[in-house]
Amino acid sequence: MRQLDNFGHPRRRPLFDPPIVRRAIKDAFIKLNPRALAKNPVMFVVGIGALLTTLLLLRDIGQGLAFRTLLYEIQIAVWLWFTVLFANFAEAMAEGRGKAQADTLRRLKTETTARRELPGGGHETVPATALCKGDIVRVEANELIPGDGDVIEGVASVNEAAITGESAPVIRESGGDLSAVTGSTTVLSDWLRIRITANPGDTFVDRMIALVEGAERQKTPNEIALNILLAGLTIVFLLAVVTLLPFAIFSVKQAGSRAAPDVFALVSLLVCLIPTTIGGLLSAIGIAGMDRVMQHNVLAMSGKAVEAAGDVNTLLLDKTGTITLGNRQAVQFIPVPGITEQEVADAAQISSLADETPEGRSIVVLAKAFGIRERQLARREAEFIPFTAQTRMSGVNLNGRQVRKGAADAVKRYVGELGMTFPAELQQEVTRIAQAGGTPLVVADNQRGALGVIYLKDIVKGGMRERFDQLRAMGIRTVMITGDNPLTAAAIAGEAGADDFLAEATPETKMQLIRQEQAGGRLVAMTGDGTNDAPALAAADVGVAMHTGTQAAKEAGNMVDLDSNPTKLIEIVEIGKQLLMTRGALTTFSIANDVAKYFAILPAMFGALYAASAGGHGPLWALNIMRLHSPESAILAAVVFNALIIIALVPLALRGVQYRPLSAAALLRRNLLLYGVGGIVAPFPGIWLIDQIIVLLRLAPGR
Amino acid sequence: MTVIGWAQIALFSLILLVLTKPLGLYMARVFQGERTWLDPVLGPVERLVYRLFGVDPREDMRWTTYALALLAFSLVSMLFTYAILRLQGLLPLNPMGFSTAKAPSYATPMTPDLAFNTAASFTSNTNWQAYSGENTMSYLSQMVALALHNWVSAAVGMAAAIALIRGFARRSAQGVGNFWYDVTRCILYVLMPICLVYALFLVSQGAIQNFAPYTSVTTLEGAAQTITQGPVASQEVIKMLGINGGGFFNANSSHPFENPTPLTNFVQMLSIFLIPAGLCYTFGRMVRDTRQGWALWAAMYVLFFTGVLTAYHFEAQGNPNVARQGVETSTKQLGDVGGNMEGKEVRFGLANSALFATITTDASCGAVNSMHDSYTPIGGMIPLANIQLGEIIYGGVGSGLYGMLIYAILTVFIAGLMVGRTPEYLGKKIEQKEVKMAMLFILAGAASILIFTALASVMDLPAESALNRVGLSSTYYGPTYNNINNSGPHGLSEILYAYSSGTGNNGSAFAGITVNTPFYNLTIGLAMLIGRFLMMLPALAIAGSLATKKHVPASAGTFPTHGGLFVTLLVGVVIIVGALTFFPALCLGPVAEHFLMHGGRLF
Repeated sequence: MRQLDNFGHPRRRPLFDPPIVRRAIKDAFIKLNPRALAKNPVMFVVGIGALLTTLLLLRDIGQGLAFRTLLYEIQIAVWLWFTVLFANFAEAMAEGRGKAQADTLRRLKTETTARRELPGGGHETVPATALCKGDIVRVEANELIPGDGDVIEGVASVNEAAITGESAPVIRESGGDLSAVTGSTTVLSDWLRIRITANPGDTFVDRMIALVEGAERQKTPNEIALNILLAGLTIVFLLAVVTLLPFAIFSVKQAGSRAAPDVFALVSLLVCLIPTTIGGLLSAIGIAGMDRVMQHNVLAMSGKAVEAAGDVNTLLLDKTGTITLGNRQAVQFIPVPGITEQEVADAAQISSLADETPEGRSIVVLAKAFGIRERQLARREAEFIPFTAQTRMSGVNLNGRQVRKGAADAVKRYVGELGMTFPAELQQEVTRIAQAGGTPLVVADNQRGALGVIYLKDIVKGGMRERFDQLRAMGIRTVMITGDNPLTAAAIAGEAGADDFLAEATPETKMQLIRQEQAGGRLVAMTGDGTNDAPALAAADVGVAMHTGTQAAKEAGNMVDLDSNPTKLIEIVEIGKQLLMTRGALTTFSIANDVAKYFAILPAMFGALYAASAGGHGPLWALNIMRLHSPESAILAAVVFNALIIIALVPLALRGVQYRPLSAAALLRRNLLLYGVGGIVAPFPGIWLIDQIIVLLRLAPGR
Repeated sequence: MTVIGWAQIALFSLILLVLTKPLGLYMARVFQGERTWLDPVLGPVERLVYRLFGVDPREDMRWTTYALALLAFSLVSMLFTYAILRLQGLLPLNPMGFSTAKAPSYATPMTPDLAFNTAASFTSNTNWQAYSGENTMSYLSQMVALALHNWVSAAVGMAAAIALIRGFARRSAQGVGNFWYDVTRCILYVLMPICLVYALFLVSQGAIQNFAPYTSVTTLEGAAQTITQGPVASQEVIKMLGINGGGFFNANSSHPFENPTPLTNFVQMLSIFLIPAGLCYTFGRMVRDTRQGWALWAAMYVLFFTGVLTAYHFEAQGNPNVARQGVETSTKQLGDVGGNMEGKEVRFGLANSALFATITTDASCGAVNSMHDSYTPIGGMIPLANIQLGEIIYGGVGSGLYGMLIYAILTVFIAGLMVGRTPEYLGKKIEQKEVKMAMLFILAGAASILIFTALASVMDLPAESALNRVGLSSTYYGPTYNNINNSGPHGLSEILYAYSSGTGNNGSAFAGITVNTPFYNLTIGLAMLIGRFLMMLPALAIAGSLATKKHVPASAGTFPTHGGLFVTLLVGVVIIVGALTFFPALCLGPVAEHFLMHGGRLF
């Protein structure tokens, strides 16, 4: 099977991928469809304004107005259309990135056939798309699994690279937590009997395609609220601009003869004032946020879940695999009295040479520190005793010497059978290690009895403490979930820097913890993979199921991590926060921008009002603090700036504002300075510069 | 500007700061149903009131029930006032015979449109007066029909604010309190005790309180003068404390019978801000974090101080054209009466006039001790802008607090997203419903001011139109923009001020515009009702929605809403949202006038 890189998309797609840009440009025009525009009140108003100015322009061309006037009117109309197109382009860019992924995924859904069991026995061959929930199919080696389902018979190795990007095959077997299979993956060996669990069009791959394409995209609650704010502001500015006409008519009548401001100026003012920057980029931000989640190889079932991730107050993290490395490691050899540490190390190493488990390997590594080199035992006619569930010991027989290592009680029995005593000091050490959260392995041989104990320890992953500190700074509490006893749990939680722990966790206690947190008004995020995790995953506000997990877990959660990496929860939280921050930053920036635009357009509109002499400047020209050249150039500069800022901010909208793990107060101070104060200040030089260029290019008179 | 002027502004600020906590604490006790030291006296009265009206004060109302009770109460009391005004000619306590055949020749007739306007005005706590009290109202109208609202409309506003506070304070609750309970306790425990002491103080300073007919005297110059009389002090106190602002006399607080001494002037200013400032503390107390209340107080103070600074500055600078005539206007030479003294009481001077004008428009009071129309363009823009920001700088009784809270909700929503979480304020998530209602609040105010002003500035009524006839007189203005006394940008300011004052429920007049015509009476009357109820209902809806929500405990990830950063942000949002909405209109009015004045053109 062709190896796909992370289900068909590279981890980092360049921001402006030429084919996507080309398609986005085309889509920008298609999205001019009024029905599509009406979904976005802000851009709809801009569209109406563009249409209105275009119609007036046509009228004025018909009337044969002066070239100077027409040049100004053409430019206003064109730039208003550009404003709409730029916003459409931003949305199309974000969607395009999803569509590119969907196309790759769709190629997976090749026409597969399935061998469906007939009720009366025997098989019939049907196309995979004809399979329904409840059908039972048989899949042999080197065949594609035709649909999502549960294994009801058989064990097989399956290549799931098409979905997960992980090329190492996985085992799938009936019963237990390894029974779920996904359509479009390949059986490598043996055979499986599978009960189909998804109807056509509703399979995992179908859902992935729909999700990445944004076809199922629904506006998230926060996005809707923001849309209401933007629509409200648009109406306020509509009122301010529409009533400005009567005010102007009144003023003009009071002042004498000068004509009231033209519709072009009013429409320009309106478009500049309404929050076009955020209005144009809002949906792109949402789509790009989902896309970022996808690039982390996480499938979010809804945008709401991603948004909720930003709000999470409590993270429930499984100890094993998330906080600690999956395996314990030897960290110390403790001899019984009369035996040297060296001797314990030597015996431990011999007994572990054939032990291929990570724990066994870690013992050999630790022994190296005692100068005990690796030995080639085969030459010395060694007989290896493998670990069995009955003996709970492993070891080696070497020229009559039997070396064993294993759990304390197993070794104690072995030593007892040899007629030797188990030293009390050793028993104490064993208890001490267990209480500290470690695992004691006792080493013994048949000549001297118990020799000492190997201290196996849970190793906290590097950098966990720092991450937890960051989370705490962001106001997120971490709770470590473990099946260990409270003593062990406390020791590891303390070492890792988690805020709290839940020891001896069962699905019930986990559920109880979630309920308790939620009752206190907190949002909870967790990961899980087993069927018994399903209720908790469903109850949590953000439930991330591991792709290796059961079908039940995957359906209960609202996200699936294709890499099955529980640590990723932290990244998901960060993406959620980044999404909300980007919206807030651009909203603030958009509103702050208006100040400068007033100072460009109002003097241009009313600069001649109450002028002492015809053609001279009136009192309100004093508001032209940017010293823009002429009324035409000033209005044009504001409109052009307003349109260009949308394009300029597309990368920010797609990439999201830079995320830093800081407290809310520090984040606010930083973002406020950047997007609030920056939003007020930036347009002044921006509009000034555009005014200079417009006059330089003789696009407007430079009076 | 003078040192003594600044010293008085500083003293005012200091005393306001000192009084905020004790009053706020007392009001929190009153509205949380805790025991106060007035219980032995007022407790039986309170219980009697409940029994009399058949009210169960323990019934917890949902916001819809609360709003319905509030609206019904306002409607009934408005109809009551309308009836008394229309019937005042038949009712007692009318020594001057207003609305009868015996009425003096200068009397203003109580037409239906004027009665509607006045009833709407007092019900909405606006106290816009399209009439002169001494020429129009019988003592009964003043004391019953109008003074009644001075009490109850203040209590209604406060009740709405308390309901909103409860929305924040309660967790997963259905109700927001009991309207009748809140109104009763507000009047009995808050307004009455203060007014009693306050009225005696005013009388001691020389304010009048009698039922005598007007006195006719012959002046030293031999001219005949009518000196008005009446029960002034009792109405004056609630006019200030309830932030009503409707004067007994047309001259309002510049009249020596209403505001006799500099001391009463100082106390009157203080009594405008007293309850709204205290309510900030009440808010903090009831939501169990007084820092939150102080943050609102601080934001209000910053806005207030900016206003007073600007107004005082421009008034002290005066009109350069006057100085050019060789008239001495320098405050250095004349003390606190230099600069622009047109329309100001010499008794009060510049600082106390600018301070009074700022306070009365920050709060939706509308009492005046100087003529706002005569201020310099920018000096006069401050009262106008204060009103247009939504009467939230301390603001009306209750309405100031809920207005500022709505701005706080918007602030949290706009900027709060920048910390990467769904915005929350005081542990309550700000979601669709809150944003929708907050935007309705903003929209109602902006739409009323802008649309009515736009209408009045261009409406070409025929010359003989009854819609624009003054009272029942033979004066017809025709087009609505002819009612202004001044041309040019100042004329626009006059119209804009009238509708801003009405919508903001302020009631102060820029004056300089004749408004006792059916057109203005009806449109301003509507503006007042919109500004009151269409802005109060969203606040109550938010209260209901917030009360049902869970409380999210604060953490390091929570947007902090008590420090200086939030205060700055809140002030910024108030100014930007307000300025962005009204800046174009203000440009064509005061701003243009300002530049023209410096160019030597006056209107």
